[in-house]
Amino acid sequence: MDFLLSFGRSLPSALGQGLAWGLMAIGVYLTYKILDLADLTVDGTLSTGGAVCAVLITMGWDPWLALLMAVLAGMLAGLVTGLLHTACGIPAILSGILTQLALYSLNLRIMAIGDIIKLGDAAAKTKATLGLNVDRNPLMLSSRYVRELSSRNPLILLVIIVAVVIALMYWFFGTELGCSIRATGANPNMARAQGINTSRNKVLGLVVSNGLVAMSGALLAQYSGSATVDMGRGAIVIGLAAVIIGEVLLDKLFRNFALKLLASVIGAVIYYVVITLVLRLGLEATDLKLLTAMVVAVFLAIPYLKERYMSKAKKEVKTDA
Amino acid sequence: MLELHNVYKTFNPGTVNEKRALNGIDLTLNEGDFVTVIGSNGAGKSTVLNAIAGVWPIDSGSIVIDGQDVTALPEHKRAKFLGRVFQDPMNGTAATMQIQENLALAKRRGKSRTLMPGITRREQEEYRELLRDLGLGLEDRMTSKVGLLSGGQRQALTLLMATLQKPKVLLLDEHTAALDPKTAETVLNTTDAVIEVNHLTAFMVTHNMKDAIAHGNRLIMMNEGKIIFDVAGEEKAHLTMKELLDKFAEISGSSIQSDKTLLA
Repeated sequence: MDFLLSFGRSLPSALGQGLAWGLMAIGVYLTYKILDLADLTVDGTLSTGGAVCAVLITMGWDPWLALLMAVLAGMLAGLVTGLLHTACGIPAILSGILTQLALYSLNLRIMAIGDIIKLGDAAAKTKATLGLNVDRNPLMLSSRYVRELSSRNPLILLVIIVAVVIALMYWFFGTELGCSIRATGANPNMARAQGINTSRNKVLGLVVSNGLVAMSGALLAQYSGSATVDMGRGAIVIGLAAVIIGEVLLDKLFRNFALKLLASVIGAVIYYVVITLVLRLGLEATDLKLLTAMVVAVFLAIPYLKERYMSKAKKEVKTDA
Repeated sequence: MLELHNVYKTFNPGTVNEKRALNGIDLTLNEGDFVTVIGSNGAGKSTVLNAIAGVWPIDSGSIVIDGQDVTALPEHKRAKFLGRVFQDPMNGTAATMQIQENLALAKRRGKSRTLMPGITRREQEEYRELLRDLGLGLEDRMTSKVGLLSGGQRQALTLLMATLQKPKVLLLDEHTAALDPKTAETVLNTTDAVIEVNHLTAFMVTHNMKDAIAHGNRLIMMNEGKIIFDVAGEEKAHLTMKELLDKFAEISGSSIQSDKTLLA
């Protein structure tokens, strides 16, 4: 009973985390599902989004403006990966890894900017964590109020932001340009034959995707009260987990594109609810990466194994007949 | 309408896999020409077509479409001049997108893609009419994913997409080779009709000698990256299979016995 009570008490917090990560999952959906491209930049971009947003807020910026700058920083990261891939001919996965690695150094620098401006030479040149305090900093949202029945409950703002992002993406991928990006992922040969610049479209898709991932990082930093250089480590796997969980559970039900994006967000929420549950069962927080990797591996393997098993079963039926 | 001047292309130069694919191609297509192209495997038929489409840059020479030198243009920029149908039915369409979305993509070939809607209601009506003319019952399945269609249906759809914006040249790359004989015939008849109705200039690569003789107003035979035989008009109209085989043996100098199977 105690267990259920404490699990129930931590559910709202899991919901908040899931919603914020849901934006990241939408970003992963765009590259992994639509562009058919595994973009590993996002591990770095998530931290960059958090770092840029946090440092600007500690410098006294309006949190909405800080969020916007974080998104722009993420888009820039996507642009770099896109150009490494298309203009320099580096395989997409490697391009993402290169940008991600570079961002690690940059993120440490970014978080120190506030101190350097305030303290000059006395300040450290790099910084691995940056705390935000809802009493001192004007934050858009904070997990502190997640169980409150008031307008400052962060879940309200998160639901609104997720809804707006899904609506925007739904509109964008229905435009001429958006359709051409979908065609680029679906069949690049056909796309080029129809006069579509597939290189430009890949870059564009990576820019949009990483913008969303950085937004997710910026919201997470405010929500949890700190930005850290490690907050994005393994983010791609969590994003994939969300996309895959959403797909496995809701693919039959959700046909519309907007609903498919929503499925990824729901996947992220489910992921965090499950994580909360296993933490309550006594696992250490550091075990989560192992658990996440296992979950993703299993879900990615299921369709393949299912097909193999099913086709074998079919063959057996044939020989019987 | 289409001019190739002294076009050369070598694949994997300087390696053991070096292959001279195009060996000085000179070719001029007049407006309204429907050329069929034959030749044995590796003769360079599809390579010429890919050179025109700009799949990769050529080593030397020039390509002119409708008076404009396109030699330096990348594939997606040449697309505004060209309609293309591929050998693999999977290649010409986006399987995970709807029939009407595929058509809408083709409708915008050669135009800049803006933030306007990807498909409008008026277009949908237009596509419904065009699909009805195709006679495959696709007009009732406009929101179905193209991946659900058969190979023949996909090739017919690709053909429609290739001509939605009238191309300067229609490039057909053995587009019936992957289909069963009956479907292949249907698609070829559709091809003839589409070319005639729209007065298109067309370039059709084929493995099938009979098709090459039966269709088009001009026939080209290729061997080892060169055009070795080019016949048009009355002479083409009266061409027989035997003459063509003899011609091939005479000009290429290779054994007719060994190539007969490939050409027939």
